[in-house]
Amino acid sequence: MDKLIFEITEQKKFDINLIRKDFPILFRSVHGKPLVYFDNAATTQKPQSVIDTLKNFYTHLNSNIHRGVHYLSDAATSEYECARKIVQNYINAKSTEEIIYTRGTTESINLVASSYGRKFLNAGDEILVSYMEHHANIIPWQQLCEERGCILKVIPIEDNGELMLSELDNLLTSKTKLVSLVHISNSLGTINPIKKIIDKVHSVGSKILIDAAQSIQHFPIDVQALDCDFLAFSGHKIYGPTGIGVLYGKKEMLDSMPPYQTGGDMIRTVSFEKTTFNDLPWKFEAGTPNIAGAIGLGVAVRYIQTLGLEQIAKQENSLLNYATESLKQFSEIQIIGTSTNKASVVSFVIDNIHPHDVGTLLDRDGIAIRTGHHCTQPVMRRFGVPATSRVSFAFYNTKEEIDVFTNSLKKVLMMFR
Amino acid sequence: MNELDELYKQVILDHNKSPRNFGILNVYTHHAEGHNPLCGDEIDLTVQVENNVIKEVKFEGAGCAISKASASIMTTLIKGKTIEEAKILVDEFREIVTRDPDDEIDTLNLGKLAVFCGVREFPARVKCASLAWHTLNNALDSAENKVKIEKK
Ligand SMILES: Cc1ncc(COP(=O)(O)O)c(C=O)c1O
Repeated sequence: MDKLIFEITEQKKFDINLIRKDFPILFRSVHGKPLVYFDNAATTQKPQSVIDTLKNFYTHLNSNIHRGVHYLSDAATSEYECARKIVQNYINAKSTEEIIYTRGTTESINLVASSYGRKFLNAGDEILVSYMEHHANIIPWQQLCEERGCILKVIPIEDNGELMLSELDNLLTSKTKLVSLVHISNSLGTINPIKKIIDKVHSVGSKILIDAAQSIQHFPIDVQALDCDFLAFSGHKIYGPTGIGVLYGKKEMLDSMPPYQTGGDMIRTVSFEKTTFNDLPWKFEAGTPNIAGAIGLGVAVRYIQTLGLEQIAKQENSLLNYATESLKQFSEIQIIGTSTNKASVVSFVIDNIHPHDVGTLLDRDGIAIRTGHHCTQPVMRRFGVPATSRVSFAFYNTKEEIDVFTNSLKKVLMMFR
Repeated sequence: MNELDELYKQVILDHNKSPRNFGILNVYTHHAEGHNPLCGDEIDLTVQVENNVIKEVKFEGAGCAISKASASIMTTLIKGKTIEEAKILVDEFREIVTRDPDDEIDTLNLGKLAVFCGVREFPARVKCASLAWHTLNNALDSAENKVKIEKK
């Protein structure tokens, strides 16, 4: 049968020049300068294998899944489900029934809020998030609270951008029914000690969802070892296509939940009197899904596996340290988020220069950084800044690129002096 | 650095550093607040109109160099103008920043508005430059209003 996803035959040697060649976009220029892409927390670039997969799917395999007896439909279904298996193995879920395809982290969280939340949360129940959540992990809960009369509580953060764990102990009570927490903050880079927190949360009988949008591409995640009830991530942040993401849920949780959306594919039998729903995971996948995207995600995960998460973490860590040291030489620059346990994300502010001016000026040198509130307005308020500039690195970035960035930054400082 | 020179002309850097007419009028006839959620830029604009003429104007707010300089330059341009004249300036400003970057603009006739020609090169920043002008338009239209420039 036609295959788009291949087995891993060998581990790649970590040769940065060879690895960069896997990402064609890294060789383009912007405003006449070689692209320096430091906006990886927003979305990562795609390796050629993922790009080829999308093209090959539409060129050779395009058809709908789970619906036909014909060859193409069978082949497409097989690849779509093969990708699910890859994701299952990647996060060590017990079975593919626990892997639900969604559009991304945002939809995964909304699915839980809508399905689990509406069925199991009641007036007076408390939902706990933290101050460093992405808006995608605040608003669905706010809406749910409004609808169901639940109460949203917030774990505060320390000046260095770490969670105030002592406060967590006070906030966690028998009233807490659900905790939804980011693993790695996209604006501060803080890595939260989730294993410890998951255990604490379970000890008061609450459930917990982990927003892994910023961690799934950096660290090995083992959902069984973590024992989280739900985990959400986006394909496009792990070198895969946009429009595809994953919700992991423990089987017993997913079994107890009503469907999120209804329609084709998620049913077993339909009559006008009664509909019976399909098994997991399809119960939560109504309508024709992002088939090419799901297969592309499988290929992206395979790509990461051939590199090895250890090598990735090593490279990203050295970039983080180098960038942090480089920024520290400027007295007018302040780094926001200085936890000792950080991912390769550096947010900073410069005295008297607005991040948007920094972003525009760096862009003219071909350097792509993120400026703004990063969809984390509460964090900005907590640190008393309207916005920050943020650089975030992937394993394909280099120290030479950081030097280009630092030199460009020097020019900005001169200009505003 | 050519286009950059255009945009961050000394004028803009200068107005950013020492904005003119900064503050809030104690007595005013027109007022509006503007907010650009994309970058968090905020402006609070107070205008004192007497006999249809803008006698005093002040702005306060936090934002990037482009939005601050734009507000500062705007206040210097509209002081002493009638409401109608100010509105014509608003239209001219909009016309300049939204024109295709490849269009030649005769900067001689533009006077002080010429400094905004460079903004065309930075579509992402047109909103920053426009905030003060939108807010002025709203202030002149009604005594109490809140402008919001939507994302996208
Ligand atoms: C921590 C975190 N959560 C959630 C999201 C939302 O992800 P998506 O927009 O892919 O749904 C992001 C993306 O920026 C994120 O960084």
